[in-house]
Amino acid sequence: MTDAVSKTIFGRLGWESFPIHEPILLGTFAVVVLLGLVIVGATTYFRLWGYLWKEWFTSVDHKKIGIMYIILAIIMLLRGFADALMMRAQQAIAFGANEGYLNSHHYDQIFTAHGTIMIFFVAIPLVVGIVNFVMPLQIGARDVAFPFLNNLSFWLTVAGAILTMVSLFVGEFARTGWLSYAPLAGLAYSPDTGVDYYLWSLQIAGVGTTLSAINMVATVIKMRAPGMTMMKMPVFSWTALCSNVLAIAIFPALTAAFFLLMLDRYVGTAFFTNDLGGAPMMYWNMVWIWGHPEVYVLVLPAFGIYSEITSTFSGKRLFGYSSMVYATVVITILAYLVWLHHFFTMGAGPSVNSFFGIATMVISIPTGAKIFNWLFTMYRGNIRFELPMMWVVAFMITFVVGGMTGVLLAIPPADFVLHNSLFLVAHFHNTIIGGVVFGLFAAMVYWFPKAFGFKLDPFWGKVAFWGWVIGYWVAWTPIYVVGLMGTVRRVHHFDDPSLQPYFIVAAVGGVIILVGILGFVMSIVMGFVKREQLRDTTGDPWDGRTLEWSTSSPPPPYNFALTPVVHDLDAWYDMKARGYERPADGFRPIHMPRNTGAGVILAGLALVLGFAMVWYMWWLAALSFVGLLVVAVGHTFNFKRDFFIPAGDVAATEAKRRPLLGVGA
Amino acid sequence: MKRAAGLLLVTALSLLLGGCEKMVTMFPTGDIALQQRNLILFSVGVMLLIIVPVIVLTVLFAYRYRWSNPNKVYDPTFDHSTKLELVIWSCPLLIIIALSVVTWTSTHLLDPFRPLDRIAPGKPVPVDAKPLNVQAVALDWKWLFIYPDLGIATVNELALPVDVPVRFAITSSDQFNTFYAPTLAGMIYAMPTMRSELNAVLNKPGESWGYSANYTGRGYSDMRFKLRGFEAADFDGWVAETRAAGGSLDQAKLIELIKPSEKDPAARFASADAGLFDRVLNRCVEPGKPCMVDVMRRDMERGGGDPNSHHMGAGMPSGREAEPLIGDRPKPALEKTPEEKGVGPNVTAPAHGH
Repeated sequence: MTDAVSKTIFGRLGWESFPIHEPILLGTFAVVVLLGLVIVGATTYFRLWGYLWKEWFTSVDHKKIGIMYIILAIIMLLRGFADALMMRAQQAIAFGANEGYLNSHHYDQIFTAHGTIMIFFVAIPLVVGIVNFVMPLQIGARDVAFPFLNNLSFWLTVAGAILTMVSLFVGEFARTGWLSYAPLAGLAYSPDTGVDYYLWSLQIAGVGTTLSAINMVATVIKMRAPGMTMMKMPVFSWTALCSNVLAIAIFPALTAAFFLLMLDRYVGTAFFTNDLGGAPMMYWNMVWIWGHPEVYVLVLPAFGIYSEITSTFSGKRLFGYSSMVYATVVITILAYLVWLHHFFTMGAGPSVNSFFGIATMVISIPTGAKIFNWLFTMYRGNIRFELPMMWVVAFMITFVVGGMTGVLLAIPPADFVLHNSLFLVAHFHNTIIGGVVFGLFAAMVYWFPKAFGFKLDPFWGKVAFWGWVIGYWVAWTPIYVVGLMGTVRRVHHFDDPSLQPYFIVAAVGGVIILVGILGFVMSIVMGFVKREQLRDTTGDPWDGRTLEWSTSSPPPPYNFALTPVVHDLDAWYDMKARGYERPADGFRPIHMPRNTGAGVILAGLALVLGFAMVWYMWWLAALSFVGLLVVAVGHTFNFKRDFFIPAGDVAATEAKRRPLLGVGA
Repeated sequence: MKRAAGLLLVTALSLLLGGCEKMVTMFPTGDIALQQRNLILFSVGVMLLIIVPVIVLTVLFAYRYRWSNPNKVYDPTFDHSTKLELVIWSCPLLIIIALSVVTWTSTHLLDPFRPLDRIAPGKPVPVDAKPLNVQAVALDWKWLFIYPDLGIATVNELALPVDVPVRFAITSSDQFNTFYAPTLAGMIYAMPTMRSELNAVLNKPGESWGYSANYTGRGYSDMRFKLRGFEAADFDGWVAETRAAGGSLDQAKLIELIKPSEKDPAARFASADAGLFDRVLNRCVEPGKPCMVDVMRRDMERGGGDPNSHHMGAGMPSGREAEPLIGDRPKPALEKTPEEKGVGPNVTAPAHGH
């Protein structure tokens, strides 16, 4: 086969694209293959393929899709965190003559992958997963508005994640930082596969996230239980709504920015080039018009989680519910007006900078009000310090510090000193770990019994908690300090030996966080081992207040046998207080969506398309694109989309679980 | 008062951590950086007014209202209080109003484009003072400083006389970079085709480091320059020394210098051609490549209609009249022949090891 023919077929993919000379990558690859073989082997041995395909992969049940999102996020967390530890190790040793164990070629890929994975494939899937699982239950719905779309969204996210992971072993990932700024990410300065992997992964996953956001908004607007007016909707559902409204508005900006960059790279346009009239600054604006609201896409649901947990474990109604809702809406609107604070130092002029600086600070008013509302929810409460509540207290103490450094960075002249320094890096880890991650862990501990019918192991849960909280402070306090010492971000080697102690302490902090992560994995494993002891038969293990606790754990596929009627904000608490009795008869057939494999197939084709485009295999790209269209159109002719659960089956299921479920205090 | 309290806190913290002198952003040697530092301390002080009570209340409430405490008031229906709501919203509001006022004034006063009006606290700029012009150019991966008034240039070394206002003009050859001198005046982006300005003054002689603060690729980590402050007489000595050292920076030398390189040692040029900065700024360092400013002027002159019109395309020449492109643009993926597909840095991973 001649070279030209092989290149027509394989594009730029060749033997040299595989990193067979990199011991670290080769070792990782071996471990991944081994683990993969074990999983595939075990699945085959226990004949689980059919079960997984029928019950999970093709499922349109929002609860199962939510759980799959969370599993994806936890797997990607391990990858993103491995990157973090590698960076911490490199920065702890690379001083003076010691160049460390990573050269810039690898280090730059690692920090790019770390940021990209942690935001797009850990934080977003976790948030989407939790919203997916909890929100429909909380508003008394049977599923989301578009169940198939939900499945497709999930698998598109998986396809993006797989494409990112493939770059580890086939070719390279981007060396451009997590937002791949132009002009560095343009073809002239990044001609290799890295940026193409980045763009295609995020485009594919981004379609999934956008579709999912549309789905969630439609669900909240259209599918609330009777009686649940907007102002009787639990705060978590409110934050889910606002977060997804934000996502719908911002993801198109990112998609457009990436699309224009793709055109630059594939077709030779000059949107973001230095020459030919390109405007790289426009790319920065477009990605940050996405990027800053994205922070609120993540943190708003976390705020909702804190609200639910504080109220439940304080045994009180949430203090200032309507002020909480308005604060959420105000944050949603203001989130659009602050993106420029990511580049004050471009010199847009003092009036523009002041506007964006002050707009940024104004966000801290509703955020501050929220903190006070949680505080006064605890006030005169009866606080049970179970794990979720411990996460809330850790959040409140950690997050206010991050909020303070955030307001500091919003003052342009202060930002002129601290921007792009490690102080900035410490700030956003402070808010994302202290605000988003703590909240997501709290949510996983809180709603785990609802999803699986048993609680997580409390001992290992505490190990996870203390590992994360102590680890966070040990890892990031020294980074704040070196930031004040004028150290900039994304550096893989230092000359000044006096910085080394700080980075060593930070690395130790990283290891403590590792203990936290492993503790969390162990709390799942040990929870499963001790599941009989930790079993929740009542469906309401925490004495909850909202509707999701009114059904069994795990809930039946149809969530609620009869649609609940809501009279109060804390609907389930209200039902319990009024001596609610579960209906024993009067069930009707329940209309349900039918599983479909179309989502998996479409996402698979999208993955092939992305891979082919990264490697310039035009024929394969064309083929998979046509395939995408055919399957998508073909799916619209699939009329076997729904079925009815007969009333008798519902009655039988209900009869089985009714005696176990508690009825109010 | 608050400033003093904040200063005390930062000092205590830095002493505790043993990095007092090293914390350059907190102990700067330039007046602009000093004002920025004071602003940081002031705003931290103001914010601590609310942050500290919140943390204290969190711990206090968590402790007092714990399940196991029998001596507490438990009121499960307490979910609204107009008075408390007023406090909750007005406290952050007041703090932010205070900070907004400070933000508005300080952003304008410390705007890097604004000429200095003082060289140190209480010392206005002397009437006859002539600012020193320095042109800073971010290259891959080193800093080029041209002193147009003195006709000299340096690489990775920035020497400044103390108490003399300095006016930087900043650009970059091809990447979005950031000129960061934490001891002098913080940072500002250095961008291709863009001219940033920075007005600053150094108040103490001595050496410190300046950095590139925006990631630009392979050699970014080691892209830094030594910032050297001299008393007036010593600065003249340094200039004389530089002039005596020989070497000249002309267009040919600049083309050579622009080629990517890492860990370049400091270098000096006894003479530097005028107009090199503008060539970088207008992307016409290579001979024969038209300068952006000329292209734009030509387009404006040749274009039909009113150049100030908002109508799309007004003032632009038609595509047929436009001159051919100069220089190579990277060949986009779709135009690559099969033979070219394997070519690219992705298949040339760096030498194994280091």
